[in-house]
Amino acid sequence: MMMIFGVPMAVLMGQLTLGLVNGAFYALLSLGLAVIFGLLKIVNFAHGAQYMLGAFAALLGFRYLGINYWLALILVPLVVGCFGMLMERFLLRRIAHLDHLYGLLLTFGLALIFEGTLVNIFGVSGARYSAPEALQGGMNLGFMFLPVYRGWVLVAALAMCFFTWFMIERTRLGAYLRAGTENSQLMQAFGVNVPLLITLTYGFGVGLAAFAGVLAAPLYPVSPTMGSSLLIVVFAVVVIGGMGSILGAIITGLSMGIIEGLTKVYYPEAANTVIFLVMILVLLLRPAGLFGKEA
Amino acid sequence: MKFNKKTLAYCVAAAAASSLVASAAQAQMSDDEIRIGYLADMSGTYRDLAGPGGLTAMEMAVEDFGGSVNGTPVEIFSADDRNSADVGANTVRQWIDSDNVDMVGGLVASSVSIAVSNLIEENDGLAIVSGSAASSITNEHCTPNHIHWVYDTYPLANGTAKAVVEQGGDSWFMLTADYAFGHALEADVTSVVEASGGEIVGGVRHPFPTNDFSSYILQAQGSGAKIVGLANAGSDTVNAITTASQFGLTQSGQQLAGLLIFLNDVHALGLEATQNLLLTTGWYWDMDEQSREWAERYFDEVGRMPTMVQAGIYSSTTHYLKAVEAAGTDDPETVRAQMAEMPIDDFFARNGRIREDGRMVHDMYLAQVKTPEESTGEWDLYEILSTIPAEEAYRPLSESQCKLVQN
Repeated sequence: MMMIFGVPMAVLMGQLTLGLVNGAFYALLSLGLAVIFGLLKIVNFAHGAQYMLGAFAALLGFRYLGINYWLALILVPLVVGCFGMLMERFLLRRIAHLDHLYGLLLTFGLALIFEGTLVNIFGVSGARYSAPEALQGGMNLGFMFLPVYRGWVLVAALAMCFFTWFMIERTRLGAYLRAGTENSQLMQAFGVNVPLLITLTYGFGVGLAAFAGVLAAPLYPVSPTMGSSLLIVVFAVVVIGGMGSILGAIITGLSMGIIEGLTKVYYPEAANTVIFLVMILVLLLRPAGLFGKEA
Repeated sequence: MKFNKKTLAYCVAAAAASSLVASAAQAQMSDDEIRIGYLADMSGTYRDLAGPGGLTAMEMAVEDFGGSVNGTPVEIFSADDRNSADVGANTVRQWIDSDNVDMVGGLVASSVSIAVSNLIEENDGLAIVSGSAASSITNEHCTPNHIHWVYDTYPLANGTAKAVVEQGGDSWFMLTADYAFGHALEADVTSVVEASGGEIVGGVRHPFPTNDFSSYILQAQGSGAKIVGLANAGSDTVNAITTASQFGLTQSGQQLAGLLIFLNDVHALGLEATQNLLLTTGWYWDMDEQSREWAERYFDEVGRMPTMVQAGIYSSTTHYLKAVEAAGTDDPETVRAQMAEMPIDDFFARNGRIREDGRMVHDMYLAQVKTPEESTGEWDLYEILSTIPAEEAYRPLSESQCKLVQN
């Protein structure tokens, strides 16, 4: 069997595939952050909590209302997104004219409140959410056994990433949005309702987090703390990609998943830190991030 | 009865004597109150295995004791240590310095327990550790001022690993949390597996905590080992088992051996993912009539079935109060000696006694998680396979490195 640095080729292929699946998650989550930061200049520390709310909404929706997975995949991002819009309209907007730090503190505080409330009600052990019948089981790829659901996560996350990129970079709505953040007064003079646009954008970013949460629900135990552990990594991905860069977030997310996957084979002890090492290197060599514009 | 002066004199004398005894006993209680501190993770990873439920168990113990000992009221203080040794030690320092707390109970994360027991030793206090796993707490970290109650890593390895090897699981792949507790457990398991004629064929040390275990499960599958041993705890174990079931680890002929699994973990994972898992436990709510009766009372208060740690907190608090009652004082040294003198046989501990190293040894149980078909209710999760007698379950004193043990 062919070996690469002492690891059989087949094992390596398996790890790369898994890295890609994890990377798709990172991409999806950092994309939401990048949209919110790039267009609204809000450092959204509630993103992890909003991802967790997505997973919880799917779980509770199924448990109490009988909403199935496919419906949850559409409904939950809408509901949690609307909740995000309320947050923007009634809280974030009031501090929009202040330093970014205030937005960071506000969203961080809200995240703690969401988490704490759910910990009090549900505890921290988490609950199981089953994948739909059609996505259960696995397929033999020759070099590994890949659970069908993980394959689906990869496809769904990439499709969503492409959709978001297309919306913002290639449509008229996206153009308004980008123009509104460049010069909101001028856009308002043209008759575009910029505040509404901002509320919708924040809602969309939150919806992306909730979408990732629904995708994650069958993979990991649904628990109130599931978002906070992921958030720091996702922030590192955004920093590496360049704050606010949409394409940067997607490409960096995928590549960080792969780098992490390889670390898990060659030096597992460093798996949790490798992304931060990359972040330090990038900050030293290219402070604006790999895809960021120099200020 | 004829009432005369003499009888009256006897009565007065008897009354005076008894009140004297009572006040003498009360004089032995520091500041006329017995103060117990409950320190645990109330909001993090270990919340559900002890946490607020453990506090309720402690309150139940005090309430069942009548709320007072020999007329001295018992008060409970509680705090969240957030799994930080610093936070825990600072809280306990304050309890000792300004609140005159007589005993500290709960104590979950091993690092917190070790820090607190050192502090307690410096201040001549008393601590009862119920939630921690590290066997070093009564080995190299033993003090004359603390007792370790529910379980530790030694019986976990000894019970589960031995049973698994005996059933034919003689080649192991270890999935170990990369910190002190994981390393200790891995070392204990390795020696038990090798002593029983098995072999460790590989392993991986994963960072703590790890969210995604797929990569490690794939490595375990590639190792060809019959058994994948999980030397981790809490959410790491839960994540590892979930991922293993998604990757069809058990379907492809390998078996998982969970080394530290609590009732709340199995409940969270569900029986589909955990069925047939072997584990060692210090107690199970449905193991007999006595246990069931207490567990059902607890359930009415909390709405969840108790873990072995929560039951152990009730048991240790009750034993402490009994010792205070028997000794007639809350002086830590006297109470500690009294506790060691009295055997422990209650709904929680069978054949229990406190050794000189502070280890409370009692019968442990080898259990197997039921299949969804076998289970008859939400909390009907384990079947007890066998009892590991108290004297065999724990590290023998002859191997102890504790400074209190003469070897």
